[in-house]
Amino acid sequence: MAAPVRFSVNGHPVSLAAAPEQLLIWALRGDLGLTGTKYGCGAGTCGACTVLIDGHAARACLTRLGDVAGREVLTIEGVARGGTLDPLQEAFMEHGALQCGFCTPGMILTAKALLATTPHPSREAIVAAMEHQLCRCGAQQRILAAIEAVAAGGQASHG
Amino acid sequence: MGEPHSFSRRDFFRLAGGGIVVCVGGAALAAPGAPRYPAEVDAYLAIGADGRVTVFSGKIEMGQGVMTSLAQMAAEELGVELQSIDMVMGDTDRCPWDMGTFGSMSTRFFGPALRAAAAEARVVLTDLAARRLAVPRERLTVHAGIVSVSGDPRRQVSYGQLARGARLMRRVDAAAVLRAAADFEVMGRSATRLDAHGKVTGGALYAADIRRPGQLYARILRPPVHRAQLRSVDTSAAAAMDGVTVVRRDDLVAVLHADPQRAAAALAALRAEWQQPGEAGPDPDSIFAQLQGAPLTMAASAQRGDAVAARTRAARVFESTYHKGYVAHAPIEPHAALAEVAGGRVTVWASTQTPFPTRERIAQALALAPERVRVITPFLGGGFGGKSADRQAVEAARLAQISGRPVQVAWERSEEFFYDRFDPAAVVTLVTGLDRAGRVTFWDFAGYGAGERGTAHVYDIPDLRIRLAGGMAYEQAAAPQQLHPFEVGPWRAPGANMNVFAIESQMDLMAAAAGVDPLEFRLQHLRDARMRRVLETAAQAFGWRSAAAPSRRGVGVACASDAGSYVAACAQVAVDETQGTVRVLRVVCAEDLGIAVNPEGARMQIEGGITMGLGYALSEELQFRGGDILDRSFASYHLPRFSDVPHIEAILVRNDELAPQGGGEPPITITGAVLANAIFDATGARQTRLPMTAARVRAAIAARGV
Repeated sequence: MAAPVRFSVNGHPVSLAAAPEQLLIWALRGDLGLTGTKYGCGAGTCGACTVLIDGHAARACLTRLGDVAGREVLTIEGVARGGTLDPLQEAFMEHGALQCGFCTPGMILTAKALLATTPHPSREAIVAAMEHQLCRCGAQQRILAAIEAVAAGGQASHG
Repeated sequence: MGEPHSFSRRDFFRLAGGGIVVCVGGAALAAPGAPRYPAEVDAYLAIGADGRVTVFSGKIEMGQGVMTSLAQMAAEELGVELQSIDMVMGDTDRCPWDMGTFGSMSTRFFGPALRAAAAEARVVLTDLAARRLAVPRERLTVHAGIVSVSGDPRRQVSYGQLARGARLMRRVDAAAVLRAAADFEVMGRSATRLDAHGKVTGGALYAADIRRPGQLYARILRPPVHRAQLRSVDTSAAAAMDGVTVVRRDDLVAVLHADPQRAAAALAALRAEWQQPGEAGPDPDSIFAQLQGAPLTMAASAQRGDAVAARTRAARVFESTYHKGYVAHAPIEPHAALAEVAGGRVTVWASTQTPFPTRERIAQALALAPERVRVITPFLGGGFGGKSADRQAVEAARLAQISGRPVQVAWERSEEFFYDRFDPAAVVTLVTGLDRAGRVTFWDFAGYGAGERGTAHVYDIPDLRIRLAGGMAYEQAAAPQQLHPFEVGPWRAPGANMNVFAIESQMDLMAAAAGVDPLEFRLQHLRDARMRRVLETAAQAFGWRSAAAPSRRGVGVACASDAGSYVAACAQVAVDETQGTVRVLRVVCAEDLGIAVNPEGARMQIEGGITMGLGYALSEELQFRGGDILDRSFASYHLPRFSDVPHIEAILVRNDELAPQGGGEPPITITGAVLANAIFDATGARQTRLPMTAARVRAAIAARGV
């Protein structure tokens, strides 16, 4: 067995005795019990497994554990801080920007990465950032409205 | 279908944990024409000593929002706040029997039973309070779970206090007196979804999120194409891998491992040889001839006057043939299940729309009595009819029984495409006619493959004939699965998307031929007041201006009646005539669904239906060659994306006189038609095949000749 892979998840250091080619999605969902990161396609085409790695949106289904060594991973479970929801989470609830909820973690994390670099994106920029996140229930219009509300409200998403 | 086991009084207290239990029994409450619940109990709820109310329902939550709207109904009739309701759904040990969650029926048919149980509970609690407070019942009022004396509110007692120590069970068989819409405090008001917090924080659990000690992940050997036969399989390389268990039982060949990625590696190490089916089979173009040419009897589903004779008298006759390809459900959550065998019982957590029928199928596969099988349904990551299929739950149960370990079967995306029971390809031929005054005189509809739903339109046409063949598998005893190279099944508003596309396209082309504005043409043939009002509401909100099509503005209209609701939409599109690409700019959709239990939730369903409908209308068509499914990923199968979604305005046409009707399906039924009509208005080219891809739009433009 190779040396353990050390990285941080939702602010907590973790050390996993796993092969570096193990995919991040299974480490999160299995070893770490963080099942909010969803499997939808295994090929990076749906975005349900999106997490933030050092603040950048990434597909956990395509990311190998070896690639996150020494880095910070944020999953949906770490977005709220001490019971306080992130403004994006609040806005998704308020705007009814979810139905089945399976794509929601990936939607929120992708939006969070966008707003971190572009606090006041245009509608076109939001659409471009969200384009590869799939939602089958048809909540797109409300998801856009929720992101726009946070962007317009000036409430920074938790850093 | 096995008989559900009888609930006893003791069962209820065990399941509900004491307190006050009210159940509604018998089929007495079922609306006329409603599916009859074979169980003796339709709905029940329990009030605990903490004042919390638990509602038990065999329905499941797949995004459509019934967890919230059913809780609203119970809260309204009981006189408690929405937040004090806990929903237990889709658990076959704890919930009353239910046939499944589909057909926009939860609110229509389960709703009345639940409301009656809650209304009866309110009566029971008020009677207990009257005794406790020593006042006549008439002097009591209920608010937020507190019963108080009118004019003397300090004299009060809470539902929780009344339930404390009580072991009271009440059963009602007659319809209870329900609250009037004018008195509503919880129903009819938009409520934040009860599942929203869990879904934005990652706490909401789906079937693949369930963990049991010692569980193994299964990967199952799949045929390369449908109807291939397994000739031989060499499992030795997989069996030699560390920690791998190989299972081979009849048709089931699987590898199990404690790590999902290593289970996948073991699957890749299997060496299988398959006997391919002999003939190549149809493709997306040749399937239509197979559907129309099949030796099936056309069955008349509706007849009035003599459509054949009327044809000879018509001033103008219009003959059209409409086509639609196979469409995938493609929920973002693939099918998943975890099964555990312990103490002679099997428990299966499954993403299924039909927990009780799934229990029966598992029991049969495992040769167990149904009472020994428990199906628990966590949240579903989308269903749309596709999770009425439960192969994965049976597979997990079989593997758990064979291995003696808890086993998860969670499909990969390619399996989800391969084993989808697709929305069937379909053909509709329509022959219709106008008289000299521009009125539709006859209507001769023949449908192949789509089934009956959506064929019975509300237009006033004197001579009419509707004939069908090869309908949906579940509609007809002679399941015409052999028509299709793979399995087909119900897909959100099964068949209606195709049938309404044909009907509303045909109305539109006759309006154009008559030189009449398409909205006006429809209204000229509509006496139905609900349909007229919904159409007029949509048109007014859209800012419809009268003009015969094609007006080159790219506007269209369509309407339909479905699941007890009436729905109409106006849309505007922009068509790139060189490329054939269609951009949908705007859709206004109005719906009368009776009392809207959760108006915001109903609007979400309208927006969701229109958005999902963009797919079957413009881009989604399964590619296949016989039993070989060529689309196995989102890379080639195009779901609607953010850039595809227009501005959608959802309008609820108020109708508090009518009990709540179906909301999840009706809007999607008109999406294909309204876009086809808008494309015609933009280009003068009529689309007769779904989806209306750029290539097809381009071809129709080239063929229009003008």
